[in-house]
Amino acid sequence: MTPNATILIRAARVLGGEPRDLLIDDGVIVALGAGARAADAARTATVVDADGLIALPGLVDLHTHLREPGREDAETVETGTLAAARGGFTAVHAMANTDPVADTAGVVEQVWRLGREAGHADVRPVGAVTVGLRGERLAELGAMADSAAGVRVFSDDGVCVSDAMLMRRALEYVKAFDGVIAQHAQEPRLTEGAQMNEGELSGRLGLQGWPNVAEEAIVARDVLLAEHVGSQVHICHLSTRGSVEIVRLAKQRGLPVTAEVTPHHLLLTDELVATYDPRYKVNPPLRSAADVAALREALADGTIDIVATDHAPHPVEAKDCEWDVAAFGMLGLETALSVVQHTMVDTGLLDWSGVAERMSYAPARIGRCDTGELAHGRPLAEGEPANIVLVDPSVSATVDPSASASLSRNTPYEGMKLPGAVVATFLRGRPTHVTGGLL
Amino acid sequence: MIRHLLSAGDLSLDDATLVLDTAEEMARLTEGRSVKKLPTLRGRTVVNLFFEDSTRTRTSFELAAKRLSADVVNFSAKGSSLSKGESLKDTALTLEAMGADGVVVRHSASGAPYRLATSGWINACVLNAGDGTHEHPTQALLDAFTMRRHLGELSGKRIVIVGDVLHSRVARSNVALLATLGAKVTLVAPPTLLPTGVERWPCDVSYDLDAALSGADAVMMLRVQRERMNAAFFPSAREYSRRYGLDSRRQALMPAEALVLHPGPMNRGMEITAEVADSDRSVIVEQVTNGVYVRMAVLYLMLAGTTEEAA
Repeated sequence: MTPNATILIRAARVLGGEPRDLLIDDGVIVALGAGARAADAARTATVVDADGLIALPGLVDLHTHLREPGREDAETVETGTLAAARGGFTAVHAMANTDPVADTAGVVEQVWRLGREAGHADVRPVGAVTVGLRGERLAELGAMADSAAGVRVFSDDGVCVSDAMLMRRALEYVKAFDGVIAQHAQEPRLTEGAQMNEGELSGRLGLQGWPNVAEEAIVARDVLLAEHVGSQVHICHLSTRGSVEIVRLAKQRGLPVTAEVTPHHLLLTDELVATYDPRYKVNPPLRSAADVAALREALADGTIDIVATDHAPHPVEAKDCEWDVAAFGMLGLETALSVVQHTMVDTGLLDWSGVAERMSYAPARIGRCDTGELAHGRPLAEGEPANIVLVDPSVSATVDPSASASLSRNTPYEGMKLPGAVVATFLRGRPTHVTGGLL
Repeated sequence: MIRHLLSAGDLSLDDATLVLDTAEEMARLTEGRSVKKLPTLRGRTVVNLFFEDSTRTRTSFELAAKRLSADVVNFSAKGSSLSKGESLKDTALTLEAMGADGVVVRHSASGAPYRLATSGWINACVLNAGDGTHEHPTQALLDAFTMRRHLGELSGKRIVIVGDVLHSRVARSNVALLATLGAKVTLVAPPTLLPTGVERWPCDVSYDLDAALSGADAVMMLRVQRERMNAAFFPSAREYSRRYGLDSRRQALMPAEALVLHPGPMNRGMEITAEVADSDRSVIVEQVTNGVYVRMAVLYLMLAGTTEEAA
């Protein structure tokens, strides 16, 4: 297929509704429904039979680790965005904890350019809040905002901006260019040496606990700081019931806070750690079943705004070892939609338009990439960019790590049967992922 | 009998009783004899894989394996993949290639023996000789053996375990094993040195040592590192000793025949005074002797039945 070709997607259930046709031309949705077929008569479109498939707006991930520059043995922009396309994502926000750290205009422009060259998904670099993620002084946030990468999301993800004064200043400073600080909420002193969720199991396994309160203390502080300075704060990978309650209360008070949850925190619990298998080692850690239930409920009622993957590739040797020395993190891009279908849609907590809101519209709004020429998270409507995912919700498959597009294999879902398959992904009308025979 | 000994909780009452009875047999066969050697494990290879220094545990396992006529290899792998050393996996593959039948592993990381046993890297039986702050099952077995020799069957016996439970693999293994054997365990520690969720362990918990000691059949003192006070677990070594140390005054609160145990190495003057450690109710030195019998029993029960592989 050549780029900018005319494509007629036939009989797709847009947001899970009644089957409709979509006509794409030159990267834009030019007609919908009955009009699409009429308009098609005048053109020579490639026809995609989407009978039985659900059409969603291209997914947007606000939290991806692409590892380049520095850890190209774990992932590159090329392989990471390929995995993104396979998972139905048309845009990913690349976290700043690379080597060198994405704390200058030079590094964010490099990542942004690599994304353009790869072409599988738009890469929106996240800038570091502090120089070298060291939590000592602000990085040049304005320079990154003004760069070609147009950075709007800033995060020291992996480490918390724990210094209250620095966090306050960062929240204030980014107001000048409509930026947002994404906080990895982890009180450092309460989590020194932490290895897993603090609970009865950590006590029994002899692994140092990562208590809920270490997250909640920072979430509480930061919503208050955001209120105080009148700026927006975004909470990364929220993982506890207590954090949900704080964010819910903050939103009831009208405070400018948004929050994300990862697919793995919606599905997996700390019981898996009893295997001492480092595939289940992640930060924040897998929590209790009660936390998982609270997270699902919060995502359903909108207290948690979005799903973000925290896709964190690691080479085999970083996980093929004893728990203490293993790396934190797990893959997420290719399985995210299936996990959301499994935990939220198939359970009746969310419908497909709810999925579009949590995985496309809202993350694009928070990431400030919902407007302009390269807009994401737009409705599937005439005149909108043709960022489209076709999903088959009726199939299920067993997760096979070796089939991943990622360079890494550290999926926690190996051997699990998950529902749903991303059949095709279109980035401005161009297919970035298609399964056999559709085109 | 179980294939690997990773946790004291893996032992059923029958398994645990079998180990203790077998240890009694080992003691009978070697105690007081000039030739302390049995031919039971001739031709089998036992590797002592120690990622952490522990002369006493390694020596005890080594002696146990040698008394059973096994070939013993000491593999000291200080420094895991954390430092510049070889990774656990590569070490395991090496031992497998050398044909180890049993691997006795001591590691600073909780769960390292579990990883060795379940990752598919080796086929050998894995014996946990202490992993991080997780478990030390043969220590619990030798403690139970020692107490049983003095107190008879442990069902219904009141055992008080005192000290840094949070960081103690000895305490975890003892609670699990003693619960299986039907003993009534009370843990005594400052609240800062008790693990989260300890209230759901099969034991009682108290902050009051004096109260716990009356009616005890045995008291087991755990090693407490002075450096813990730097992380605010307690204010000072002196305050710890006053509130949770075993001295002569406290020993007098115990029934006259109650035993005093310590897994060693002791901090004399910290968790236990010299007078108590050296008193006639102290069985601390006996514990060391019994450690060899218990480890002989475990090695015998786990390795003797696997001869067809070695043929």
